[in-house]
Amino acid sequence: MLNIPQLTDFSEASLDAAFAQVQAEAKIAVAGEAFNIEGFRLEWLGRKQGRLKIISDTWLKTAPPEAKKLIGQRFNALKEAIESELAGRESFLKEFKQGLETPGSPFVPQLDITLPGTAQRLGVEHPLVRTMAEIVSVFQRMGYSVGLGPEVETDFYNFEALNFPPNHPARDTQDTLVVADQDSKPLRERLLMRTHTSPVQIRSMLEHDPPLRLVIPGKVHRNDAADATHSPVFHQVEGLCVGPDITFSDLKGTLDHAMKAFFGSAVKTRFFPSFFPFTEPSADVQISCIFCGGKGCRKCKHSGWIELLGCGMVDPAVFESVNQRRIELGRDPVYDTRRIAGFAFGMGVDRIAMMKYGISDIGLLYSGDMRFLEQFA
Amino acid sequence: MDILTPWLRSYLPELSVTDAQLAEDLTLRGIAVEGTFPLEGALTGTRYEMDITTNRVDAMNHYGVAREAAAIYNVALATISQTEPIAETASGDSYPVTIEASDLCGRFTARVIRGVTVKPSTGLIADYFAALGQKPISGPVDVTNFGWLAMGQPTHVFDLDTLEGGIIVRRAKAGEKLRLLDGSEHILVTDDLVVADQKKALALAGVMGGWDSRVSETTKNILVEAAWFDPAAIRASSRRHGLHTDASHRFERGADFNAAPLANNLVTRIVVEQTGGHVAGPMTDIIIPAIAGKTADRPAIALHVAEVQRHLGTTADGIGISEQIVAQYLTALGCTLTQTAPGAYAVKLPSWRLDLEREIDLIEEVARVYGYNKFANTLPSFTGTVIELPHATQEAAIRTTLRGLGYSEAISSTFCSAEEAAAFTTAPAVALGNPLSAEAGMLRPALTPGMATMLAHNLHRDVSTVRLFELGTVFTGSTASVAEHTGLSLGLTGNANATALYKAEDSLFYELKGALETLLAKFTGTHTLDANDLPTWIAPGRGARILLDGTPVAVFGELAPAELQRRKLRQPVAMAEVHAATLLAHPLRQPASRDLSRFQAVERDFSFVFPDAVRWQAIDAAIRTLAIPELQSIAPVEIFRDAKGKSIAAGSYSLLTRVVFQSPERTLSDEDLTTSSARITAALTALGGVQRA
Repeated sequence: MLNIPQLTDFSEASLDAAFAQVQAEAKIAVAGEAFNIEGFRLEWLGRKQGRLKIISDTWLKTAPPEAKKLIGQRFNALKEAIESELAGRESFLKEFKQGLETPGSPFVPQLDITLPGTAQRLGVEHPLVRTMAEIVSVFQRMGYSVGLGPEVETDFYNFEALNFPPNHPARDTQDTLVVADQDSKPLRERLLMRTHTSPVQIRSMLEHDPPLRLVIPGKVHRNDAADATHSPVFHQVEGLCVGPDITFSDLKGTLDHAMKAFFGSAVKTRFFPSFFPFTEPSADVQISCIFCGGKGCRKCKHSGWIELLGCGMVDPAVFESVNQRRIELGRDPVYDTRRIAGFAFGMGVDRIAMMKYGISDIGLLYSGDMRFLEQFA
Repeated sequence: MDILTPWLRSYLPELSVTDAQLAEDLTLRGIAVEGTFPLEGALTGTRYEMDITTNRVDAMNHYGVAREAAAIYNVALATISQTEPIAETASGDSYPVTIEASDLCGRFTARVIRGVTVKPSTGLIADYFAALGQKPISGPVDVTNFGWLAMGQPTHVFDLDTLEGGIIVRRAKAGEKLRLLDGSEHILVTDDLVVADQKKALALAGVMGGWDSRVSETTKNILVEAAWFDPAAIRASSRRHGLHTDASHRFERGADFNAAPLANNLVTRIVVEQTGGHVAGPMTDIIIPAIAGKTADRPAIALHVAEVQRHLGTTADGIGISEQIVAQYLTALGCTLTQTAPGAYAVKLPSWRLDLEREIDLIEEVARVYGYNKFANTLPSFTGTVIELPHATQEAAIRTTLRGLGYSEAISSTFCSAEEAAAFTTAPAVALGNPLSAEAGMLRPALTPGMATMLAHNLHRDVSTVRLFELGTVFTGSTASVAEHTGLSLGLTGNANATALYKAEDSLFYELKGALETLLAKFTGTHTLDANDLPTWIAPGRGARILLDGTPVAVFGELAPAELQRRKLRQPVAMAEVHAATLLAHPLRQPASRDLSRFQAVERDFSFVFPDAVRWQAIDAAIRTLAIPELQSIAPVEIFRDAKGKSIAAGSYSLLTRVVFQSPERTLSDEDLTTSSARITAALTALGGVQRA
């Protein structure tokens, strides 16, 4: 579409403005990337159908006689200006074309490809969040639902229902951070910072009937002064599987499979008798050292094995607590120890992340130190 | 504790495995051997460093470990000290013993040995003690320690000639004084249990013997004691007097009720051999039946082999746990099985295993002795449904969005000081009863205190560019009832760059605002802004509140100068506290596609000078009110102020606004554009703007 500037009148000022507009348009076309000399000549300067010709003819058609001369002068001047623009552009292109073939020519923009790329710095996933998500997803793929619970718990959920006897050392304020002013409450209602994610087992069994498969990630707290391996805040992933046919060999198979899924299929597991109030039989699980493959190295203290998690069959006393509480809440006591069984397991996420990434001080995980975090980018 | 394999093997004549194999097999059955050290000197074999869990106090001695090995390998276990030492007279000189505190002392045995000559230990005891690093004291005392190391039952020897008129086991009198073997003096309370004679307390029962009645080189006649004391009473006494001894360690975990006479026999026989003395009469053995009923004579437990199999599942060899294996293991561990029905047994429990109480405990024993690693790895069949957490996708969207915006995730302390809590929120904070420090005395009622700490942590280490977020639990309410909700904080400092729109010193605020807007745009709901009653941590005039569908969802802004100063921060810091729970209650925005216009979009710029009082919101609203159907977007492109007031008068600013028009149906004509532009120009002029030439 040919754009012919509208003339409001034929005064010199109007003509100047109109010609300037045409000149500007021509200049842009000359400088454009798609510029092609022959095409441009034909389109703009063609004797019969060239743009300049058409424009001047259009204006001359309506121009009063005294303006015709003014238009003619400006037409010639414009043509000259465009010709000179064109010549300049032509010689530039010629040099440019030669220059492209000449190394070091100023026409080839030489980039310092060794300068750093423009950084679009992404935020970093926290190593604990990442490790926890990885563990959780292993169990999700095995059909586990995710369960969560409060960080402030009652003694009932954190201890009593999990078969901790009333005078168990874990209840001591040296081990457990407690909420202030609880002494007037009955023991089971006293508030504390949960010391493990296990209370969520109880909460889940109160809410849901078996069968149940849960993976429970979460933050826990203990009354531990901070040092390189202790933090009052840390993270656990807990698991619970309850059903009519759950056995100890299922516990073994599940954890063996999960460890292989998480650390790689070459990893082996072995189980040792252990003791936890809420499981029986209880076991500690070791995996073959992920650094040396079991040959023995500094990281596994030359044993070839790394202790990783605790587990066991849910103690019948736990099911009994759940049933009793369900009755209190008006629900059916469906966790019948003669008909169902279950297993539970728990692992420290901080320790696993520290081992996996070679983190020497647990405090770094809770520092927000950018230098530390950016290592995980 | 340590175990010597030559001593261990003395009870296991048939055992043929190596010490190393034995150590591994014990460890895999929960009797953990933590270290092995070859023996030097008179003995050959290995010293094991053991780590035995507190519930297995019965295995914290050589005979107890031997019993485990006998069960594991199905080999014979030698009996220990069954034979009664021969007394000179069957009737005379049976020592008088009275148990007054019959709730705390369940059994007491005593036997008199006369005519002893006290000498240092020699032979096997000396060799064993040398290998164990056990300090020899005197012949008879070493024998009591030998007896304890052999079978876990503490015994005591008194110098008989210091005793006046028979033994009484009673509660101490208030203020009663007693000097113990280690020379320490103790003032007793009525909750302490003592072994006394008619006149005085002789020993702090189950903890330590007394100084005055101790056996010395001049002792001629000895009384050998072996007893059973109440665990709780011994634990209390041991704590009260700050005395943790081998004896108290054992008694407070529950000793073997039937071991007292056996240990007395063992000690008596060796003392007689060693000192040339003779047994004066039969052993006194007082039993309190009520306590025997709770320990040695506990009722039998019903055990169903089917339950064992139901809990334990499949074995690696495919055979499974047979009835024969169940019976064999439990018998080897000291249980007595009586069949009550096919596959059902009444199991009488050994007196030394007070940790066994229920059928499940026996099932565990079977699994343990069988070996956990000999069970198969099976996977349970899947039933039930998988439930995703209601907010999992939203939380993931928050994390990925913020990471994309350059914010790294951090985790700060759950606790803060009362001052911090008050400085960052008006919500009530909950105090801890036993905080690690005053700085961590409260449950955090907001995430900004932790964020401020982390920003300061970085700045104090010369890390000057920081972008962090934390997604975590926030606690409010009272100590009576604590409320938790998910919170989110953002924090940023450094890398403040000027743009055509913003001055460098203002850019933190706008960067943070942009991050929050991007985040909120992920969720449904409309957000609005206000700046009323902002928290005091925000610098005046440099913060705002965002409301999502009218509910406050975030406050954000630059940290107030006083807070910067308090933390010794020398560069501006901005933070946001987001009530993530409110955000998470909104579903994520569901993307929907619409047809793209085939017709060209046209930009028009408007350059105006406005008084400072005219805010962008008013300008944006003024243009939108025109309801121009082709209007696609309005954006501020450039803001200019002239500090000297030359090109732009002081108190006003120049704003370049870009408006984009596009129609889905047609190419916009010059006329359309001219009309729309004129309307916008008029609207901006009406706002008090002056169009720039």
